[in-house]
Amino acid sequence: MILGAALVTWLPRVLPLVLLNRIKLPQWALRFLSHVPVAVFAALLAQDMMTSNGQLVPVLHNEKLLALIPAAVVAVLTRSLLGTVIAGIVSMMAVSAFF
Amino acid sequence: MHPNSASSKIRNEAGFWTGVKDCVPTLLGYLSIGFAAGVIEKTAGLTYAEIALISIILYAGSAQFIMAGMVAAGSPIFSVVFTILFVNIRHLLLSAAIAPLFQNNPTWKNILLGSELTDETFGVAINRLTADMTNKESWMFGLNVTAHLNWIAANIAGAYIGSWIPDPNKIGLDFALPSMFVGLLVLQMAARKKVAVDTMVAVGSAVVCLGVGTAVSGNLGVITAILIGGCIGMAVEKWKSD
Repeated sequence: MILGAALVTWLPRVLPLVLLNRIKLPQWALRFLSHVPVAVFAALLAQDMMTSNGQLVPVLHNEKLLALIPAAVVAVLTRSLLGTVIAGIVSMMAVSAFF
Repeated sequence: MHPNSASSKIRNEAGFWTGVKDCVPTLLGYLSIGFAAGVIEKTAGLTYAEIALISIILYAGSAQFIMAGMVAAGSPIFSVVFTILFVNIRHLLLSAAIAPLFQNNPTWKNILLGSELTDETFGVAINRLTADMTNKESWMFGLNVTAHLNWIAANIAGAYIGSWIPDPNKIGLDFALPSMFVGLLVLQMAARKKVAVDTMVAVGSAVVCLGVGTAVSGNLGVITAILIGGCIGMAVEKWKSD
């Protein structure tokens, strides 16, 4: 079972890198792929912030969303990943203490 | 092979140790998840050997959580593998998105680098690497090794220590991962300088993810969000340039 799971995970990771190693993709494909990073982060964030066990958490009661704001601000101001992570953790601790 | 180290002071050189260093901000996020994964895996009845194996060859947080849950519930092997395929298929898109940075390599190198791909290493790589840098492969290798070792250690630590730690400790640490994604998102948008387009892609992606995610499944939500987000980006750029 573990081997099977590892295999089905490994293939999607490796195939594109291998197949596209010497092939240059057409312009439209490259443009599509250029938006993937933003789309991925936004989707993962949305899922993490706004849902809990498959259900939406209302914005007003959402402490994760609240804690995220300082983290985002730090990110914009410092452009530092480490700073953002630390700010986020501290922020979450503060929010948890208040609510 | 690469020229001697006299050229390694060039600004655009990205080497193994730089890759290791650039991985550090993300270690905390994955340490907490890896830890949680270890706890859940142990609770589901997996042995230390199995947990080590899983964190070494599967190396995928969401899949590991799902596997632990399904094993605890006694699901058939086929179901587990099929679900994990579905959960991790998004790596296909991630891999395709960074492939342009790793071209014209010996195939074995790309296989090695690809095997280590995660949301996190993808994020750091896409933010840090530009096409004109040299030695990207060594950098990626440094990043990958650091991330993976951190993950394995976290899983095993979680399995071992997990039951003794009271929950409150985790609350702050849990947030390291979303904080990391916020950081990555902001850095990407700052680097690309296409804030209007990116904002629309981000919002569209988030909305689709939530919509599909709550209606059908979280994983389908993420994949659909990426696909539609990408299309939104393409459409907006075309509309702006017409």
